[in-house]
Amino acid sequence: MSEYILCFTLFCIGLYCVLRKRNIIKIVIGLGIIEYAVNLFFVLIGYRRDGRAPILAKDQVISNMVDPIPQALVLTSIVISLAVTALIVAIAIRIYEKYGTFDITKIRRLRG
Amino acid sequence: MILPFFVIIPLGAAFLISFFGKRIKNFADLLANLGTLSLLVFSLYSISLVATHKILVYKVGGWVPPMGICMVLDGLASFMLVMVNLVSFLVALYSISYMQRYTDKPKFYTLFMLMLAGMNGIIVSGDLFNLFVFLEIASIASYALVAFGTEAEELEASFKYAVMGSVASSFILLGIALLYGYTSTLNMADISLVLFSKPSSMIVKFIGVLFLAGFGLKAALVPFHAWLPDAHPSAPASISAMLSGVLIKVLGVYAIIRIFFNLIGINKVTLSILMFLGAVSMLVGVILALSQWDFKRLLAYHSISQIGYVILGIGLGTPLGILGGLFHLFNHSIFKSLLFLNSGAVVYSLGTRDLRKMGGLQEKMPVTSNTNLVASMSIAGIPPFNGFFSKFIIIVACIQAEHFGYAFCAVIGSILTLASFMKVQKYAFFGKLNQKWQNIKEVPWTMWLSMIVLAIICVVGGLLIIPLFRPFLQSAVNVLLLGTGYKEAVFAALR
Amino acid sequence: MENKKEVGMTLIVKAITRLTVGLILLYGIYIVLHGHLSPGGGFAGGVIIALSFIHLMLAFGRETALKKLSEAQASVLESLGAIMFLTITLLGFLGGYFFLNFFFHKGNPFALFSAGIIPLCNIAICLKVGAGLFVIFVVLISFKGLEKEK
Repeated sequence: MSEYILCFTLFCIGLYCVLRKRNIIKIVIGLGIIEYAVNLFFVLIGYRRDGRAPILAKDQVISNMVDPIPQALVLTSIVISLAVTALIVAIAIRIYEKYGTFDITKIRRLRG
Repeated sequence: MILPFFVIIPLGAAFLISFFGKRIKNFADLLANLGTLSLLVFSLYSISLVATHKILVYKVGGWVPPMGICMVLDGLASFMLVMVNLVSFLVALYSISYMQRYTDKPKFYTLFMLMLAGMNGIIVSGDLFNLFVFLEIASIASYALVAFGTEAEELEASFKYAVMGSVASSFILLGIALLYGYTSTLNMADISLVLFSKPSSMIVKFIGVLFLAGFGLKAALVPFHAWLPDAHPSAPASISAMLSGVLIKVLGVYAIIRIFFNLIGINKVTLSILMFLGAVSMLVGVILALSQWDFKRLLAYHSISQIGYVILGIGLGTPLGILGGLFHLFNHSIFKSLLFLNSGAVVYSLGTRDLRKMGGLQEKMPVTSNTNLVASMSIAGIPPFNGFFSKFIIIVACIQAEHFGYAFCAVIGSILTLASFMKVQKYAFFGKLNQKWQNIKEVPWTMWLSMIVLAIICVVGGLLIIPLFRPFLQSAVNVLLLGTGYKEAVFAALR
Repeated sequence: MENKKEVGMTLIVKAITRLTVGLILLYGIYIVLHGHLSPGGGFAGGVIIALSFIHLMLAFGRETALKKLSEAQASVLESLGAIMFLTITLLGFLGGYFFLNFFFHKGNPFALFSAGIIPLCNIAICLKVGAGLFVIFVVLISFKGLEKEK
């Protein structure tokens, strides 16, 4: 149980980082932490105590394997978060070119 | 059989454009328009398929659904497909001329087609994780498209949008993870089956909250709306039309209604939450819109307000309310994309979005002015146009369900919408022509053609509720009324 | 950076890179081709292949790596990978279903030539991921160059 709680704590830390930090790069890191927390949680769901790798050979029983589906799904979601992170970092660099700062409170041309 | 093509065609077009687009001139324009046209034809064909078969299930890779991935076409899916592909075809047509202002058209079309693939995928997917993957494809493409101009404001808006969108996606993924842990399956019909066989528990409510927060953020319901007024105006006009017209509906509203009605099962509490969120978005959006002077920003605030109407109608839960909500969904996608295309036409000719600097464009740009008049009347709910019918149905449904407060809110929202669009017409198109704009011309023909087609749909759209065309809407409404009976329908179609 | 001829890092790094970069590339290819038999696959292998090029770029500077694989070539490869994947999945219609594993004889388990379309898909994914990651890296690097000019 404690690992689930730790996952949730990690999620909250990431959320705090996104909501509270003023530096754009720190916000991106916060997003990364959130994604890691969710991915970790997803992998833990498929975990079985003393489980084996889920490879089906002739003389293996299925019952003590870990669940392979969460692993496949997490791989997909890691790829997605890679794409999002790359895009956001590119945008952050362009923002730095235009505004000359990473401070989110000074990047406020849009209002209303 | 045609189901996978809703994903294959846009994906294939996207990659072919990125491969050949730079080498062959006009290839990107041609392929994008052909692709969206064929999608439109397919989606119109899907109406007749739904009329005969009720529900179609496609087994991807020949795997049987609880194990494999499936695609589902039912009334709601075909309704949404028609809406998305109609708007996207007209927007692609419009983009031929409009996107000349930007460099690198092939990249634009690649992202556009990827976004379309994501949206179509969300609609036809019958698997919860696939829905998430397609949702991410559509969102990532839209983040990039918002920043397409790479000006300071656009980058800022895109950053805000991307951060909010990623947080929303994480909420959704967390919800999916919890749901998988609870039910050990990802197929939507199967999830519903397992949830039904287990006693109700707190975890399902928690999952519901996560989904509501995640998809609500994508749909820009009011507590989560902060990104929309920045992101939608910053994109190129054709993309604003796609974002406001269909993206928030597919990513937000469609996913909410599919998951809450067909998967988890709707109850009184969820319905009242939806209604409350809808009513709040309706009023807050329109009040914030009143004070705007930026043409596109004003339209973006109205998107929040109109999505509020849709959610209010669906949240009523009565057959009439759902009919009104879905009908308004369709109508809003038509007139809001038309309004954004109009704003794009104004920007194309004038180069400004500030309403105070315009004036008297009526004589110089008759097509834009008149189509804008039609769209404004539609969104404000003036009788012969389609917006009137859907708003009227929603208000009547509110009264019928004895929610007089919400009915009153809807009427107030409608009046305020009318006021705000009178302002647009007065400042932008009527009045005296500003000396500065003596030399402007009407926009090129591909642009005004798509605007005129949308305006015609605005006028005749009200006909969808007459008995002849009613099955189109009614089959979508029936899916929602079926509720968790969805699972039996899917499994029956498999046999 | 002071000396224009000396692009990249020191001699030690360059010498080690010369030795290791081929091995890294080979390891990536191994991971891709054995993706259906052992842990790994198109994505992991593609990342390793992209890393070998990035390694080259870090040690020898941008131009040397771009001479091996230019940005335009990489983006062509990326689109090619995607088109290839889509074609493979479309070929599933030969058996009647989209995404069908259409080889009727799937070979023996744990043999290199087995599992139908999965190795082919792995290769396509590897092209897409490897080229894509490389392009992302190059693009992010070139932003930094712009900023220095200011």
